[in-house]
Amino acid sequence: MKRWLALLLCMVMVLNLTACSSAVPEDATEDEAEDEVIWDWESLPAAEPTGITLNVYNWGEYIDDEILDVNSAFTHLTGIEVNYKTFDSNENMYALLSSGAAEYDVVIPSDYMIGKMIEDDMLAPINFENVPNYTYIDDEFKNLEYDPNNTYSVPYTWGVVGIFYNTKYVDEADLEQGWGLLWDEKYSGRILMFNNPRDAFGVTAKYLSDGDKQISLNTTDETDLWACYEKLKEQKPLVQAYVMDQIYDRLINNEAWIAPYYNGDACIIMDEDEGNPDIDFFVPHQGTNKFFDAMCILKTTKHQEAAEAYINFMCIPEVALANAEYIGYATPHTAAREMLDEEMCNDPVYYPNEEILARSEVYVTLPEETTRYVSDLWLKLKR
Amino acid sequence: MKTLSRIYNVIIFGLLYFPIIMVIVFSFNSARYTPMEWKDFSLQWYEKLFQNEEILNALSVTLQVALISTLAATVIGTLAAIGIHAMNRKLRRVMLTINNFPMVNPEVVSGVAFMLLFVALAAVLPVFKPGFFTLCIAHVTFCTPYVVLQIMPKLRQTDGRLYEAALDLGCTPLQAFFKVTIPEILPGILTGALMAFTMSLDDFAISYFTAGSSAQTLSVTIYSMVKRPVTPEIYALSTLLFGTVFVLLLLANIGQVRDISRRSKRARR
Amino acid sequence: MKKKSGMLAAPFGIWMALFTIVPIGIVLWFAFTDANGQFTFDNVREIFAFDPSKGETLWNDSFVSTILYSLWLGFLTTVISLVIAYPLAFSISRATERVQLTMVMLVMLPMWMNFLLRTQAIKSLLSESGLLNQFLGLFGVGSLEILNTDVAIVIGLVYDFLPFMILPLYSVMVKIGKSEIEAAQDLGANVFSVFRRVVLPLSVPGILNGITMVFVPSVSTFVISTLLGGSKRMMIGDVIESMFVGEAPNRGVGSALALVLMVLILICMAVTRLADKSESTEEGGFAL
Repeated sequence: MKRWLALLLCMVMVLNLTACSSAVPEDATEDEAEDEVIWDWESLPAAEPTGITLNVYNWGEYIDDEILDVNSAFTHLTGIEVNYKTFDSNENMYALLSSGAAEYDVVIPSDYMIGKMIEDDMLAPINFENVPNYTYIDDEFKNLEYDPNNTYSVPYTWGVVGIFYNTKYVDEADLEQGWGLLWDEKYSGRILMFNNPRDAFGVTAKYLSDGDKQISLNTTDETDLWACYEKLKEQKPLVQAYVMDQIYDRLINNEAWIAPYYNGDACIIMDEDEGNPDIDFFVPHQGTNKFFDAMCILKTTKHQEAAEAYINFMCIPEVALANAEYIGYATPHTAAREMLDEEMCNDPVYYPNEEILARSEVYVTLPEETTRYVSDLWLKLKR
Repeated sequence: MKTLSRIYNVIIFGLLYFPIIMVIVFSFNSARYTPMEWKDFSLQWYEKLFQNEEILNALSVTLQVALISTLAATVIGTLAAIGIHAMNRKLRRVMLTINNFPMVNPEVVSGVAFMLLFVALAAVLPVFKPGFFTLCIAHVTFCTPYVVLQIMPKLRQTDGRLYEAALDLGCTPLQAFFKVTIPEILPGILTGALMAFTMSLDDFAISYFTAGSSAQTLSVTIYSMVKRPVTPEIYALSTLLFGTVFVLLLLANIGQVRDISRRSKRARR
Repeated sequence: MKKKSGMLAAPFGIWMALFTIVPIGIVLWFAFTDANGQFTFDNVREIFAFDPSKGETLWNDSFVSTILYSLWLGFLTTVISLVIAYPLAFSISRATERVQLTMVMLVMLPMWMNFLLRTQAIKSLLSESGLLNQFLGLFGVGSLEILNTDVAIVIGLVYDFLPFMILPLYSVMVKIGKSEIEAAQDLGANVFSVFRRVVLPLSVPGILNGITMVFVPSVSTFVISTLLGGSKRMMIGDVIESMFVGEAPNRGVGSALALVLMVLILICMAVTRLADKSESTEEGGFAL
């Protein structure tokens, strides 16, 4: 095993011993509460540069770069450079990787996309001997449907899709419509919509499953999908814009009032200083999508061990904690969850309750024809 | 009439510069997720800029690519212009049509075509894996035509007999080339190079499709930023870049204006 | 001797063949083959596909509508840019040499600020709480919903490509001598007929050049439309992008669309070139 890998493993052990003592420094002022030192990695000796650069491809705003600055810490401690890039939807990420126009080592897609990438033979099996911190991952999140034997992925976050709405402008009574809120003409021009076919069609399928007619998020039935398309077409005149991460600005500026998105982003959108405290989040009664994002290694990698070290690093309790605090998405990491701010842990926005989870569904990988059909309909929608 | 046109000019220039001034002003704004709404004056984005490796890396890639491709495009383009100038009318037409093609071809199409080419080539030759090298190749390809176009008119103004006289006086063709031809067309070469550099720096569409994962240019990085909440560091960087160019152009302009007034004084005498 | 120096263009010829002609060949190949490499017209047919049984029409529900939409926005952008740029370019060309230099510099300078950031600035300018609406509010005019509409896209495109209209116009107009205009005036022409008989005909090459330089990039843009239009309607560039690296991967149809776009542009070029009888093809660019 390479030297830096051994070093990293030592570090983890030391850390676990000292974890309790590395709490909040006493002289931290209120103002700097965010700058609590979770882990003072800068005082540790820097590793010699290895000359290896790891290409990491992740969602936007999906890693801590303030509390701990995870990537810098990794480079400091292992001597491995990180070239970190972001994508804004699973589909874009997949298209870029499968076109061969870009090469990455570590990538963090969602459940159904991991399944698809496994099918396409794009992922490399992970050697879990090099990822000892995997033991921290809650068993609940292991061996899930998209990766049944858990050979290709290490869970990073999970969450549900719901609707962010502005309490100042949106009638509380209208929330009873659930997903129907996105089709409410009263809010014409103030509604944002997912800019990716999978989530947009998923949300619509849930909207259409009122009463006895249930449409699965994973439907492959073309009449159902066509019905979703018609519904989306009906919604289009009401939609202000189809966006992904741009919903932050638009919601925070009160430009838009209603937007379906991932619950974890509440920590940016509803932040008291930088966000908009008027915004609230709810999960519609018709049910929703529960998703898992997990770290994978691409088959094309030349640095399998470094990639494994990176994944292992992300599972160090302090690092996982910093990530969970910074990005807001629920963590499957047991130790991080224990250390996490209690307020956040008990907040149903971030950690949805059993009742919500019971009516949520996980995406599965759709057959090729269905994916093609959905993306054709998607392009049709945008004519 | 004169005042009317002056007012019109002021309005148009005002509109042209207003968004730029906004970017500059908001680089000093402290708000993070709503960078375009004024909160407080702060220099924090300038501080953070110099710690933001993503942006600094992108800047260095952009400058390197621009320098390399300008150099290559200038050499290839200069030789090409001289060669094309020497061709007969028919052949010259063909070459100029080929030369015009990258300029009129929509950038998305060029970008996509490059991507397909490099992916296909990379299967055989790993050098062509999208990255710094492919970025340079793509940039040279769309920069060269501008160099050729700047030099052609200058060549038409040159006197072919001068070159022959140099040969008669004992110069080797190579010496004659460097001592006679090049100095004659130097202004064209320089403006061509400047245009190539600008085009390379400014390019987004083609870089977007050819950059791969390891070497992203500034505009590609900015694109990934405007899709998520923009980090205002990029406003700070743009302000610095814009300021640098502004000062350089101002200096150049003062120089040229002085030149002009000197010339006109001489003419009056 | 002359024969030999023609060889100097050889590296250029080889380079261009390898990196412009071969790639287009690959696009052609993808456009006319299916996943197994078999020859097919399916990808091209896909562009015109619509389902009449579901009440769809060619003009509204196939990629034809996308193409027409892009051409329409490109056309609007070009016309508006021309109307705005013409008087400006003319007044620059009539100024003293010193002022001309400064003004040309001022026209070019905005290009040094990344266009995505400028577009982002326009976006916030046009937004509901943006400066434009605040300004209109001062006069009691209700807030205009411009952002996320076609109007916003055209504003953004005009803004971004205006310098490409001004510069070619200027570089032609500056060659129109004072004497020509004065001669016409001496012969009794009024302002209007001086413009129609002298200035306009002499500036035709610049107009055509400007049209090319604005129309091509605005028809094929794929970012400005997404940022300012709320990506409710895709332009052809957006569709091509989404088919190669976006949410609807389909290389075959993407290549076919790229091909259609290229052919359309080349046709437009051919038309402008036909209009340009003065054979300025060898000039091509404009001096800076």
